[in-house]
Amino acid sequence: MKRPLEDILVLDFSQFLSGPSASLRLADLGARVIKIEQPGSGDSCRALYASNVEMNGDSSIFHAINRNKQSYQVNLKEGPGREKVYRLIQKADIVIHNFRPGVAERLGIGYAQVKEINPEVVYGEISGYGKEGPWKNRPGQDLLVQAISGLMQLSGNAGAGPVPMGLAVVDLLAGIHLSQGLLACLYRKMRSGQGGLVEVSMLESISEFQFESVTTYYQDGGQALERTKISNAHPLLGAPYGLYQTADGYLALAMGSIPQLGALLKCDDLLRFRTVDSWFDRRDEIKEILKQHLLSATTTAWLAVLEPADIWCADVLTWDRLFDHDAFKVLQMIQEVRMSDGYCFKTTRCPIRINDQFLTSELGTPKLGEHTTLIDQELAMK
Amino acid sequence: MSKELPLSGLLVLEFSQFMAGPSAGLKLADLGARVIKIERPGSGEAGRKIAIKNMFIGEDSLVFHTINRNKESYTANLKDPTDLQKVKQLIRHADVMTHNFRPGVMEKLGLAYAAVRNIHPKLIYADVLGYGKEGPWANKPGQDLLIQSVSGLTYLTGNKDDAPTPMGLAASDMFTGGHLVQGILAALIQREKTGIGCQVSVSLLESTLDMQFEALTTYLNAEDQAFKRAVKGSAHPFLGAPYGVYKTKDGYLAIAMMPLVKLATALKVELPSDFKAPSSRFEKRDGIMAFFQKILLGETSQSWQEKLEAQGIWCAEVLDYDRLLNYEGFKVLGMDQKVFTSDGTKIHTTRCPVRMDGERIFSGKSAPKAGEHTRAIEKEFDLV
Repeated sequence: MKRPLEDILVLDFSQFLSGPSASLRLADLGARVIKIEQPGSGDSCRALYASNVEMNGDSSIFHAINRNKQSYQVNLKEGPGREKVYRLIQKADIVIHNFRPGVAERLGIGYAQVKEINPEVVYGEISGYGKEGPWKNRPGQDLLVQAISGLMQLSGNAGAGPVPMGLAVVDLLAGIHLSQGLLACLYRKMRSGQGGLVEVSMLESISEFQFESVTTYYQDGGQALERTKISNAHPLLGAPYGLYQTADGYLALAMGSIPQLGALLKCDDLLRFRTVDSWFDRRDEIKEILKQHLLSATTTAWLAVLEPADIWCADVLTWDRLFDHDAFKVLQMIQEVRMSDGYCFKTTRCPIRINDQFLTSELGTPKLGEHTTLIDQELAMK
Repeated sequence: MSKELPLSGLLVLEFSQFMAGPSAGLKLADLGARVIKIERPGSGEAGRKIAIKNMFIGEDSLVFHTINRNKESYTANLKDPTDLQKVKQLIRHADVMTHNFRPGVMEKLGLAYAAVRNIHPKLIYADVLGYGKEGPWANKPGQDLLIQSVSGLTYLTGNKDDAPTPMGLAASDMFTGGHLVQGILAALIQREKTGIGCQVSVSLLESTLDMQFEALTTYLNAEDQAFKRAVKGSAHPFLGAPYGVYKTKDGYLAIAMMPLVKLATALKVELPSDFKAPSSRFEKRDGIMAFFQKILLGETSQSWQEKLEAQGIWCAEVLDYDRLLNYEGFKVLGMDQKVFTSDGTKIHTTRCPVRMDGERIFSGKSAPKAGEHTRAIEKEFDLV
């Protein structure tokens, strides 16, 4: 199938997750993505002592993020290397980096320098905390930005202390926002010839993610966020919103009418909470009643009562249980990709469908510098 | 000097409700598109009534206001032939339309992609589903917490002995909306080349699985697939010690990945020989974290942060909004803005996180009342 970003060339100088997750999406949407990697070990994520699973010489995390890309290894600090990169930049539609403020300029690939070579370039950069102010040089690492951003007040129950989200949510959001800005700017370039500069910071991205709770804080005079004592799933929502233990597992309950739940579950204690306000104001009390009551039967039994009544509810699944389910299999969410040396691995596919087609790709992760010679030859031909 | 916002001139019709679709509409609006919500007469979209903390601005919930600012509202009863005819006329002017009805609903209204494409081949038609179009869950309610629950996500957050722990905000909705924007923009770029639109589809479940792609790839390719959250201070089940959150004398400190020896040296303690092998970061994660926890209790977060940062240790004091929003490091970002409703109520909220051409993107336009722009739009597009 024809992919929407075919013929678009992306030069990606970024490392770790935030920038590379953006270029992975562009690759799956059809762009050609060339990772520009430094001499020595290349993208630090290759060896990131993070996951304990190594696959074909690089970390599992690196493979997840960098499949469907090419790798060009070059020393940006030397004249000939920089010269080659400049010739690539001339051909590029999009250039991405996530160096700390000032580093790209020192390497000769700051926006002003790149625009000089390619005036219509769409140039994207991700910083940790923006490019000004007292935090600009702090390390832009996912967990640290989670800590600073207030995000750790939202998950877990009251009294649990700060609870981080158990994946690199800040990096991923910054990557999403960067790719949105880049694509919007590329669209403008195609219509009017105007490229531009797209800037994203991890702290701004994770602040926007909390737009609900930050706006509430501004509007209610700065009240502290309170998670519920049990079954917290969102500090600003009333009961029953949360996960509850049952006789054999867990049950998720989203927003719903408490008396209606009481009637369906045959839990008379809930019938007295008649006003909508009470579902928020007395949510700890309601959740405690639900907790006691739901322990008495299995998840399947509760779902059999609630689902026919259109109550928003669900089983709580591990990956193992989800993978066994037909509803998961029909999505064909897992794809196998192959590296040039024949090594194959499984990973997830792009979540976007175009005209009902999956955007799968069989191309695995590049070895460090795997495409250097090929790309040099392409440059020599011109 | 300022260039035009990149999406200026584009018209987006938003049939979407609640959070995922409207969050995509908001991003398109902030990037310059004109977004018109198509809502039912009277009460408007259902998201207007979903409240957080029982907070309302006029008739509509505060959360509705935050996710629907910078948009217009056109009300139409899609089951009424006259109204439907007007909406179809409006669609002919649109570049993009989004909806998040369950499978089959748009078909019944005659607004499925197959039908709309015939009258307007250049249109980008975007749908947000809960669980994809086919399979046994296709008609289940696609709600954020329920998707988090079935996707495995709730086993990543929290400590080892905790119950499954959801992310305490609408994470699935926000990621799905983000992916929808990516797909729509890529489709618009393709349309510039081919002159033809297409259908872009995302679902909450697929997007929430994509969100877990690093962990899933690790899991799918590991010999031993079992994984555990740390006993205390867990921040990522697939990362080794010291990655996590630690209590200090007066608060908490987050510490990212780094060699254990480096951390021990910075803390001026000897790393027990037990913990010296690289594999111990995973195998003895809980023991190592307990070891560092004991030391970190000895001083305040601020004091640790100063001492450790000076030695290149990746750490950060854990902040709440009170402290974050008052720090110069946050204020300098100018991340907040004020929007005003048509009757003058002020709402203090966040802005678009993307900066374009060196400028922050602000918009003072609030969310519309249901049908606020119906007459103006009918006049402008001559809808009869």
